[in-house]
Amino acid sequence: MRLKTTLATAAIATVMGVAPAMADLVFPGLSYRTGPYAPNGIPFADGYADYMTLINERDGGLEGVKIKLIECETGYNTEKGVECYESTKGEGSLIYQPLSTGITYQLIPKATADNIPVHSMGYGRTSAADGTVFPWIFNYPATYWDGASIAINHILDLEGGNINGKKISLVYHNSAYGKEPIRTLEELGKKHGYQLTLYPVDHPGQEQKATWLQIRRDRPDYVLMWGWGVMNSVAVQEAANIRFPMDHFIGVWWSGSENDVLPAGDGANGYKALALANPGSDYPIYADLKKYVHDAGKAAGDGSHAGEVLYNRGMYAALLAVEAARKAMEIHNTKDLTPAMIRDGMEALEITNETMTNLGLPDFGPEFKVTCANHGGSGLGKVQQWDASAKEWKVITDWIAADREVIDALIKEDAEAYAKENNITPRTCE
Amino acid sequence: MLYREAGDFKTSYAADQQTFPIKSERYLFWAFMAFTFLVVPFIADDYWVNSILVPLLVWSMVALGLNILTGYCGQVSLGTGGFMAVGAFACYKLMTGFPELNIFIVILLSGAVTAGVGVLFGLPSLRIKGFYLAVATLAAQFFLVWMFNKFAWFYNYSASGQITAPTRTVFGIEVTGPSAPPWAAYLACLVLVFVFAWVARNLTRGRIGRSWMAMRDMDIAAEIMGVSPLYAKLSAFAISSFYIGMGGAMLFSLYLGAAEVTEAFGIEKSFSALFMVIIGGLGSILGSFLGAAFIVLFPVLLKNIMVGYFGWPTDLAAHFQIMIVGGLIIFFLIVEPHGLAQLWRLTKEKLRLWPFPY
Repeated sequence: MRLKTTLATAAIATVMGVAPAMADLVFPGLSYRTGPYAPNGIPFADGYADYMTLINERDGGLEGVKIKLIECETGYNTEKGVECYESTKGEGSLIYQPLSTGITYQLIPKATADNIPVHSMGYGRTSAADGTVFPWIFNYPATYWDGASIAINHILDLEGGNINGKKISLVYHNSAYGKEPIRTLEELGKKHGYQLTLYPVDHPGQEQKATWLQIRRDRPDYVLMWGWGVMNSVAVQEAANIRFPMDHFIGVWWSGSENDVLPAGDGANGYKALALANPGSDYPIYADLKKYVHDAGKAAGDGSHAGEVLYNRGMYAALLAVEAARKAMEIHNTKDLTPAMIRDGMEALEITNETMTNLGLPDFGPEFKVTCANHGGSGLGKVQQWDASAKEWKVITDWIAADREVIDALIKEDAEAYAKENNITPRTCE
Repeated sequence: MLYREAGDFKTSYAADQQTFPIKSERYLFWAFMAFTFLVVPFIADDYWVNSILVPLLVWSMVALGLNILTGYCGQVSLGTGGFMAVGAFACYKLMTGFPELNIFIVILLSGAVTAGVGVLFGLPSLRIKGFYLAVATLAAQFFLVWMFNKFAWFYNYSASGQITAPTRTVFGIEVTGPSAPPWAAYLACLVLVFVFAWVARNLTRGRIGRSWMAMRDMDIAAEIMGVSPLYAKLSAFAISSFYIGMGGAMLFSLYLGAAEVTEAFGIEKSFSALFMVIIGGLGSILGSFLGAAFIVLFPVLLKNIMVGYFGWPTDLAAHFQIMIVGGLIIFFLIVEPHGLAQLWRLTKEKLRLWPFPY
């Protein structure tokens, strides 16, 4: 049986081993369209794929070079993610965006050894923002720790600048992802004098009755949430059930999509979440998307997610990858890109309002500039609020900056610890 | 035809009792071993090693361990994932605490630590059995995962609770860590699995294995015949956990390189290990390998066929894969409840007589 299976796999591997046309730009799409995280994975994957299709269909590829997207299903599972990484890296993959903090942690050492850049956009390991220790890992435009600080800054705004003695709780996915903001929130707690309580929710997060009963008993002033997948909608529903004031319940940017709030109906009204970029489909690019992708029948998935928060984010991730590739072509003056060139492109990436307007997404995301030492971007975020009657997210603030003083010190400390543990000598940036 | 047994006479007890009594099978085995040791390291690339061969070997080790406990000694365990976590975290603490220690010694010590924990959680087996024991081991699973999440000492106070395997060398060659060549990790796994499969095979044929099987078949009768249940059951828990702990340590250090307890060692891992031994064949060393191969390789094969060959959408393929593997598990359990090992045993019986069956 084993021999037979091995032989059959060998046969398949031979069939698959046909080399891709050399000129293609290969972007692997490590997506998840199945499992408990699929409600969030599908719109992101669709947005990512549709943007790549748009570039191919409208512009004939990036500077005339076609983009080839290889999708691989990870199910948000690290082992499958590693299998996907190994199976796609041989096909000339230029950049990995796994949309999973767990998989990102797996890929950080592997991709660094293989010299392939990883862009964990607003997720992954926060200290990877330190480009001197993590030359191949990027997490612009903002990190989890920025997110935590942005949420606290928003609370400070609401409370008139003083939150001394307030009770703030964190409901988090009990994994690497959910644990990320704890250090930052503790540090900020020391600075601002609030009291932090933690409520871990185990994977996949369908069962949160006990957690929310505790929250009802403890009566925190604010609840922050680091949730993903079904955990989000369950939490919003439970918060509504205990009649927690929804405008005091703030999710990170991964807990703020339509899928998370729609199931709770009117109960979700007023729920807040951070935003990496603006929601909605009111942008010129959507006309092109409709013409070249959706109406042409080339949309990924069932094509029903256009305009959703996570669809926009998938599109934004694809856009940043394509822009990095464009920059790399400019720097190296070639159209035959390697992962190392893309890395250079990412490190020289500068997104201004003008770039975004030219790309059909005016006033969509923050302005930021990646440098050799700073892979984390500008660390800006907005706060959006759910309007249940209109069934849409409304942005209620302008860009909020994170507390750089606290965050940068933390990033430096964690990156140094990582460098020490793994015998990395940080490179010097001029 | 395939087995030519003419002239293959046994003239001593040792020859009669050897693991592969048929000469052609013995040659086939050694040829296969020579292939895996001498040829595979040269031809296997990153993908084959990291996605197929190393997981297969790691899971074979785990399945061997669980087979000793469940297959040979009859004690149902749902704590496999938790015991693997013990192995992995012991491995991490030893690797970071004693950087100069050889990785093989680290993995063996991780197994030893897990054996201790296994004995502790095996104590209830002296009083309860069957479903009740399964529930007790389930408690071990949840307790251990909770513990590794709760106490930051286990993951050296890292912000995310992730453990990462540092680079370690054997004879100057990197075996763990991201820059290790794929064949090195493969050979390290292969050596461990080869040696310990050998040990397991001989343990189960000897006095201690017979006491396990006596305990499995009827504990009261075994006790009357002088088999100590305390010794038999606890030794089964200890040795089984030793194997599972090594499997967990290998999973962490040689295969994944980084792990996070809830995700890498959750209850699904306990179930898939149990599926492996049930589908492979309870109470069979070969069955452990066949079961691990079925559970680890089949989904990858199906994925490669459906996505790579037919070009189906990934989500459709993923759903099909779950249905097909599930269906096949039911199919095998109905057609051959004693597992793939029994299927192979029957095939062999027929092949030995073929083409003139009587």
